[in-house]
Amino acid sequence: MSKETNHIKAQERVAKEIPPKAEKNQEKKQKGFVPCLLIGISVIFFLIMLVFPLVEVIYRSLKDGFAAYKNAITASNTLSALQVTLIATLIAVAVNTLFGLCAAWLLTKFEFRGKQVLSTLIDIPFSISPVIAGLAYIMTFGRMGWATPLVEWLNDIFGTNISFVFSVPGVVLATIFVTFPFVSRELVPVMQAQGSAEEEAAAMMGAKGLTIFKRVTFPHIRWALLYGMILCCARAFGEFGAVYAVSKARGKTFTLPLEIDALYMAGSADSITQAFAVSSLLVLLAIIILVLKQVVEYRGKREQ
Amino acid sequence: MYVEMKHINKNFGDYEAAKDINFGVEQGKMIALLGPSGSGKTTILRMLAGLEQQDSGDVVIEGEVVNDIPPGERGIGFVFQNYALFRYMTVYENIAFGLRVQKQDKKKIHDRVMELVDLVGLNGMEKRYPDQLSGGQRQRVAFARALAPRPQLLLLDEPFAAIDAKVRKELREWLKKMIKKVGITSIFVTHDQEEAVEVADEIIIINEGKLEQKGTPVEIYKKPKTSFVAQFIGTSAVLDDFSGFKGFEDLPKNNQAIVRPEFVEAFKSDNEKFKSLIPAAETGEITKIAFRGSYLELTLSVNGILLKTNRSLERRPVSVGEQMCVLVYRVYILDEEDANIHKNKLLKGVDIEAL
Repeated sequence: MSKETNHIKAQERVAKEIPPKAEKNQEKKQKGFVPCLLIGISVIFFLIMLVFPLVEVIYRSLKDGFAAYKNAITASNTLSALQVTLIATLIAVAVNTLFGLCAAWLLTKFEFRGKQVLSTLIDIPFSISPVIAGLAYIMTFGRMGWATPLVEWLNDIFGTNISFVFSVPGVVLATIFVTFPFVSRELVPVMQAQGSAEEEAAAMMGAKGLTIFKRVTFPHIRWALLYGMILCCARAFGEFGAVYAVSKARGKTFTLPLEIDALYMAGSADSITQAFAVSSLLVLLAIIILVLKQVVEYRGKREQ
Repeated sequence: MYVEMKHINKNFGDYEAAKDINFGVEQGKMIALLGPSGSGKTTILRMLAGLEQQDSGDVVIEGEVVNDIPPGERGIGFVFQNYALFRYMTVYENIAFGLRVQKQDKKKIHDRVMELVDLVGLNGMEKRYPDQLSGGQRQRVAFARALAPRPQLLLLDEPFAAIDAKVRKELREWLKKMIKKVGITSIFVTHDQEEAVEVADEIIIINEGKLEQKGTPVEIYKKPKTSFVAQFIGTSAVLDDFSGFKGFEDLPKNNQAIVRPEFVEAFKSDNEKFKSLIPAAETGEITKIAFRGSYLELTLSVNGILLKTNRSLERRPVSVGEQMCVLVYRVYILDEEDANIHKNKLLKGVDIEAL
């Protein structure tokens, strides 16, 4: 073997022997300052904006002892608010999941006029103040609203007594409004990236719509769907403005954020502590959601 | 005819993807739909499959008009451009999909899948997912999946486009062999003429939504019917005026002519073999020599017209600036839509094939 090839081989060996870790470390060292600065800024921001206020909530809620805390969160107004919040969230998530799936399907698998307009319309809740949404519902379904005769007519037919203003159905409606873009927003990019070739392949083999959705489309979008549902949930729990406009009866149609506001606005030292205790409930729900979101994100990424 | 397209028209807005397409395919044949990108060839394939609906005209399979029959019931297997394998299913599940949709019994499905896995040589890979396979292996899965429900017709959309050049040739051979082995009528779309020539029994050339010519590779190559085909097939140089060239004086003036490298012979004036042909040849100067791996490509200037020819490396060396005798055997003269072949009249009676 010639000297030259030996030399090349030696070079190769050297190249191979440098562990990849060492290279990475070098990179880190070179860029060390910038990440440190960015991390520092983020941590300070994060502490001031999020961690301290949250710790404050927990601290304040337990200030008068655990018994007071327990009393606050088991008060009938609180329990009613929790119930309304959960009902509104559950229905909003269910409705928006269905709607989000349909909208994403329509936007990604079909070509039609006004597609861009529809896509923009879906985003409206992101850009409109929720209070306006709530007021709009009052205008529509309130005593003077154009839809009231229609609702009354339907009530007569079905023998029901549903009202959409200052009632739980109104709260549900407002919650649906503010959360409806979340699911479709998560699904559209995923479905766009997937294209429709796999669905077409399934159709070529004689599979029908439902089978195609179940076997081909759904496995692909399940994590994005779940992620969208979780975001939807988080937003529904915390919604204030839209709900505030259509809900006026404490202990009946108030949600947790409204109840907290009412307690806080009462102004006595006791009620402020109670407000923090109820807030801690929302924080707890948020943490559960956050953990779920992390799990879903992680699993979704791993599958890709 | 086994498969027929009758007066098919299709528009996408202003874009005409198919203009009065008519053709038939005999049973057991392998057909290439060849054309530049955007020519409408894929749309034609998709209309055959039922994935796209024609604006007018009939698609006929086995004598039956299938216009209103959904894709899944036309008895067609389709291999998609990027294979479109179900990425959340294993190789086995991919191949079994069509059979499961038909609700065949498990034992039967298993036997059929294993038969196909064996056929395409993927034994032991049944449990893998598509992203654990190479491009070639994915193509094999796509092929097996399309064949599983025993279709009567196999359609393939750019089956080799997603594979790197090195493996492509190998796979071409393999696919051709497989299709012949299974004996299924098949139509594939390609923009690569080499691919079409090598694999297909017959080629259909599509340009701007129009069927230009249908014929065997040799026919298409030797007797291009339209000016588009004459230019599209082979490496062609288009010349604006060829009349006045020795042996072609009678040609109509102001018509474009197409000359392929193999229509041109360049030889040194002391060449014994071509001595008798010197009267039929012009003189030209070599302006460029390009090495093409197994041969040289010479560019010669003859009275200001540039002609290309290929020269075997076995012949005597040549250099730029050298004067050569240049003989043109034949040209295609383009007459509006048509292409007509014209032979060098000074070569009448000379047995060119014997040279």
